[in-house]
Amino acid sequence: MSTDTNNVDGYEHYYVPEQSAFPILASIGLFALIFGLATFFNELQAEATGAGRYIAIAGFAMLSATLFAWFRQTVVENMAGMNSVQLKRSYVWGMGWFIFSEVMFFAAFFGALYYVRNLAGPWLGGEGEKGQYMELAKMWVASGYEYAWPPMTTPDEAVNGAKALVQGAGEGNSMYPRDAHNGLALWLPMWNTILLLSSSVTVHIAHNGLKDGNRAKFQGWLFATVVLAIAFLYLQYMEYHEAYVDLGLTLESGIYGTTFFMLTGFHGFHVFLGMTMLLIMLLRSLKGHFSHDDCFGFEAASWYWHFVDVVWVCLFFFVYII
Amino acid sequence: MGDHGPAKGFGRWLFTTNHKDIGSMYLWFSFAMFLMGGVFALVIRAELFQPGLQLVEPEFFNQMTTMHGLVMVFGAVMPAFVGLANWLIPMMVGAPDMALPRMNNWSFWILPFAFTLLASTLFMEGGGPNFGWTFYAPLSTTYAPPSVTYFIFAVHIMGASSIMGSINIIATILNMRAPGMTLMKMPLFVWTWLITAYLLIAVMPVLAGCVTMMLMDIHFGTSFFSAAGGGDPVLFQHVFWFFGHPEVYIMILPAFGIASAIIPTFARKPLFGYASMVYATASIAFLSFIVWAHHMFTVGMPIAGELFFMYATMLIAVPTGVKVFNWVTTMFRGSMTFETPMLFAIAFVILFTIGGFSGLMLSIAPADFQYHDTYFVVAHFHYVLVPGAIFSIFAAVYYWLPKWCGNMYDERLGKAHFWLSFVGLNVTFFPMHFVGLAGMPRRIPDYALQFADFNQIASMGAFLFGFSQVFFLFIVIKTIRGGQKATDEVWDNPEGLEWTVASPAPYHTFTTPPAIK
Amino acid sequence: MRLIGKQLASKLLWVLSQVLLLPALLMTSVQAFGASDAAVDEAQRWGLNMTEGVTAVSREIYDLHMLIFWICVWIGVVVFGIMFYSMIMHRKSSGAVPSKFHESTAVELAWTLIPALILVLMAIPATSSLIKIYDSSEADINIKIVGYRWKWQYEYLGEDVSFFSNLATPQDEIYGLAPKGEHYLLEVDEPLVIPVNKKVRFLITANDVLHAWWVPALAVKRDAIPGFVNDAWAIVEEPGIYRGQCAELCGKDHGFMPIVVHAMEEADYANWLAGKKEEAEELKAAMSQTFTMDELYARGEKVYQANCVACHGANGGGGLGPSLVGTGITTGPINAHIDVMVNGVAGNAVMPVFGNQLNNIDLASVITFKRNAWGNNMGDELQPVDILTFKKNQ
Ligand code: HEA
Ligand code: HEA
Ligand code: HEC
Ligand code: CUA
Ligand SMILES: [Cu+2]
Repeated sequence: MSTDTNNVDGYEHYYVPEQSAFPILASIGLFALIFGLATFFNELQAEATGAGRYIAIAGFAMLSATLFAWFRQTVVENMAGMNSVQLKRSYVWGMGWFIFSEVMFFAAFFGALYYVRNLAGPWLGGEGEKGQYMELAKMWVASGYEYAWPPMTTPDEAVNGAKALVQGAGEGNSMYPRDAHNGLALWLPMWNTILLLSSSVTVHIAHNGLKDGNRAKFQGWLFATVVLAIAFLYLQYMEYHEAYVDLGLTLESGIYGTTFFMLTGFHGFHVFLGMTMLLIMLLRSLKGHFSHDDCFGFEAASWYWHFVDVVWVCLFFFVYII
Repeated sequence: MGDHGPAKGFGRWLFTTNHKDIGSMYLWFSFAMFLMGGVFALVIRAELFQPGLQLVEPEFFNQMTTMHGLVMVFGAVMPAFVGLANWLIPMMVGAPDMALPRMNNWSFWILPFAFTLLASTLFMEGGGPNFGWTFYAPLSTTYAPPSVTYFIFAVHIMGASSIMGSINIIATILNMRAPGMTLMKMPLFVWTWLITAYLLIAVMPVLAGCVTMMLMDIHFGTSFFSAAGGGDPVLFQHVFWFFGHPEVYIMILPAFGIASAIIPTFARKPLFGYASMVYATASIAFLSFIVWAHHMFTVGMPIAGELFFMYATMLIAVPTGVKVFNWVTTMFRGSMTFETPMLFAIAFVILFTIGGFSGLMLSIAPADFQYHDTYFVVAHFHYVLVPGAIFSIFAAVYYWLPKWCGNMYDERLGKAHFWLSFVGLNVTFFPMHFVGLAGMPRRIPDYALQFADFNQIASMGAFLFGFSQVFFLFIVIKTIRGGQKATDEVWDNPEGLEWTVASPAPYHTFTTPPAIK
Repeated sequence: MRLIGKQLASKLLWVLSQVLLLPALLMTSVQAFGASDAAVDEAQRWGLNMTEGVTAVSREIYDLHMLIFWICVWIGVVVFGIMFYSMIMHRKSSGAVPSKFHESTAVELAWTLIPALILVLMAIPATSSLIKIYDSSEADINIKIVGYRWKWQYEYLGEDVSFFSNLATPQDEIYGLAPKGEHYLLEVDEPLVIPVNKKVRFLITANDVLHAWWVPALAVKRDAIPGFVNDAWAIVEEPGIYRGQCAELCGKDHGFMPIVVHAMEEADYANWLAGKKEEAEELKAAMSQTFTMDELYARGEKVYQANCVACHGANGGGGLGPSLVGTGITTGPINAHIDVMVNGVAGNAVMPVFGNQLNNIDLASVITFKRNAWGNNMGDELQPVDILTFKKNQ
């Protein structure tokens, strides 16, 4: 019991913020964003023009402005020393579980890739337990469809030829090294792997710099990380450009295009988010934020960055190599 | 911050960071959704009162079924549990508030927007979602009405709300416990919510992925769910049920926590097998990740898959059984009284177990070939959801309402509400077992003549049950507005920190942590 | 974007008002409607349990179902028995003093292990049944079953026989304008015919969305998945007519796509099959024939009733699909009309592609019918050969 009383006496107050308008504003912004986006997509589908895009932009602006002000406020509170050690731990838990939720989001897409590659694909091609009656029932295989990964033709094409609604990208147009058009040395995913892996190292060095109280080292290496991130995004842009313009490999090229662009696309989007976070941390550091023992904002961004990096390694392996 | 009370006016609710305010808002929101989802159910039951088409066209009937399922699951049950978590977890672990109070408010305020959007789809061109709450592709993609895009985004932000809410709950439980409140001293409600929050964070992103794939298939020409492009409609079901099965446990684990709080109080005896309750909850959560395809026994999986999912599903009966046996043993040789919360809790144990038994029958793959997509399934899940989730929420409200508002509810009215609900519910859902076994498919607006009698009975029960819930609303409002003052303990020596503070609980509790025995 | 469809809004309000008044309303209306409907025999009306069916597999499943059911009942009796015992004996009002015990490793272990053991006992017969059901090898007859919105197609593989099976219950019965017949909603224009005592393999797939082919008496329920083939089989032991329904939500008329299986003695089946083949021959011959306007119109009306009413309404007034009265394609150039019927509407999956669902005579007649019905009065007509030419020229 005596220890308990001690604890109570030595207890820091947990900072519970006063009323705040941020949540409701953010909700309104988010609502406008998704309402606008949905309207916009439906307009695209119906080949109509309307207010959708403007509602979405307004919502996005409102949401980002609110989040900016919100984060700013938490930073200000922290620097004013209002946050107890315990509250800081809450932020740590929060970020950790947020990253876990992101992991599960990617898991859904990796799971889909696994399923179409190893189960549904072979079945469509008449292989395995679920493919055994495909021929008898005069399905795709009866028109000559054969399954292979990467599938550069679609079942639809096998049956309907040029009239098929879903056209594959054609032989030799995948993103695998065997199809590298400019030779292995210029195979972009390899360079992207190098860029991203080194960026994880640079962000780590930056962290060490901060812990040592060496601000120049911190900012320099953080800057290097951001540059590497931008380079990555640029190469990915080049890769997509090549796919769309030179190879005719698009989102619509059957399941290969689908999985390739969805996985790499969501990853690229997360790289962009992570890059933005790191950039903000760089700007904050330039304003003199962070100290060697109070830098969770930066640490959270760097965790996120490492997470993005790990996803890339999986991607590289499952989407580009095997 | 000071110890002042709540702000005045509507701004209090819009801008609040107080876990009690937010908890109340969640609970009211959830009740509104319960009524809305209930009205949809009444439309269904009215149309099914007799064979033939009378009130609604099949197209609209499908929208009712879909919206009923979605609104009840995402609008009524889940927010109710989050509301209870908000009210109770900080008080139970001796924390001053939730770990991240502003984000807490955001989690809540997303919901009214999401459900307004969802409900508004009913008025859009082509009608609202009409593909069932499980929205299987390609009915929900290639063949869906345009409003499906709004539905997709509504699901996205609901998911965001759930994830933020869960992060908050986990951070609160793991980080905000009063000194001395070790994990194995936490009330079971806190434990069950810790595990539920973990499930939510693990599966809501998968649901987000699922609807994202739909969005891409609909608007951007991808082939996830289309065999023509090399995808598979069944892929949708795998992704959906990877979310969907844990989701049903998300709707029952907190209920287990509630029963574990109430039964000991009214048996005047400590909960039997606390530790095994914790392990059982954790095992259920673990198993819930590897049983999803029991919803898909008829899609024609390879036999190995079929067997695996059958065995894994059957296994869940073991930890769930442990819980049931623990509750019964808690009652055994206790000294029981039967106030309203206890009545609901006992009905919960009995009727949930009956629902669990029918679940076990469904898990037998060869037999499921006959049960699947019939009213037998509808009977199963209403038995676990209505007397399961909903009764546990009623029990919780009666049990903690005096603590929240400082007044005792009227015991006579409470008991009347219980008996009306109990009878109404069984009259509604028990006959569904029979028509299901006799061969009536679910999600149909009209049926063959031999199903007429039981359907008529079910419809009458539904109206009885529905109107008793309006009575519940009356009881709650009456209690909030006045009545006999509740003592701090409210009940006879209940366990838990929430009973050590005044009734009604002050706006801020435990700004300094309490001492834990 | 029209957010608020006024129609729907007012409809919703109307429905709500109806629903809230319902208990009173319905009590009276039951008598009014119910009286003239066909009587269903008492045993069927209060049918409580799963059918035993007419195959070895269906009986096995029934036994399995009953076994698990009784196990659950007995566990329930024990658990609820103890519970009610304490609720009666250990009440505060009768002076019960609470004990303090709250743990017992031995007991907890027991009630973990015993249920696990019971589960193993259940799993054994379940596994053996499942293995049997999955063995679809060595079938005598192969029938491909394709689900469409909202009808079934049966194709006897290797026999050149194929037909559609539509709901036969008239709309009037559904809307309460005529008394309901005995097999209300469970009757079709052309049932699936199979011989008894032969292993019939069903290869099930779908053309548009998911459906599920379910006949309780055969204990066969398999999802029909567009692009994939599911297999199931049955050896029916007794001749008879067995009814079932689509068991996967497939849109508006999901409740209106029944299945009827007519199981016959082998000789009858052979006769039936020969008759079917003959019909097919005759149909082929008719393809080059010329029909009169009246013949086309009459046949077209039938085709329309079977295939189009669901979406375009009984009088062409529209519904899920657009109105066909006095507008658009129906009263436009005839070639565009053929194109829509043969190839569907580009970019819209809801309007089916009828080119390979309907034969050329049916296509010609339904188009002729539409162009001349409901006051469309275009006066033009098509012959099956015109469709043939159109298809060839594509
Ligand atoms: C709260 C929600 C909830 C809960 C807790 C459960 C619990 C269980 N459910 Fe249920 N289920 C749903 C909600 C829920 N379900 C919903 C919503 C659907 C339909 C979705 C849709 O299609 O729309 C569904 C559908 C569903 C199916 C698919 C049916 C079909 O579509 O064909 C199956 C199949 O296996 C199943 C099984 C189970 C099992 C084995 C349990 C087990 O957890 C039950 C365990 C409990 C017990 C067994 C009782 C207590 C135990 C004892 C007393 C111990 C001793 C007992 C024995 C040894 C037998 N459920
Ligand atoms: C927690 C979840 C939950 C709850 C509580 C309920 C509650 C009820 N449900 Fe169910 N239901 C589902 C979840 C739930 N349901 C799901 C997931 C499905 C599957 C959907 C699908 O197939 O996709 C389903 C499907 C479903 C069906 C099958 C539909 C079909 O297959 O076509 C039916 C049919 O009877 C039904 C009935 C009912 C009834 C009568 C209630 C009653 O308990 C409702 C009680 C009624 C009220 C609470 C209304 C009270 C209000 C008033 C009386 C009016 C007052 C008005 C104002 C104050 C404005 N539900
Ligand atoms: C499952 C629903 C459905 C069925 C069954 C159906 N249709 Fe349609 N039909 C539609 C829809 C939806 C459209 C609108 C497509 C579009 O324009 O985008 C349509 C469009 C049409 C059009 C073009 C109308 C116009 O003016 O643009 C014709 C003609 C037509 N259908 C005839 C038929 C005939 C004849 C049948 C039966 C043999 C039939 N339809 C069955 C849903 C259906
Ligand atoms: Cu076809 Cu339901
Ligand atoms: Cu499940």
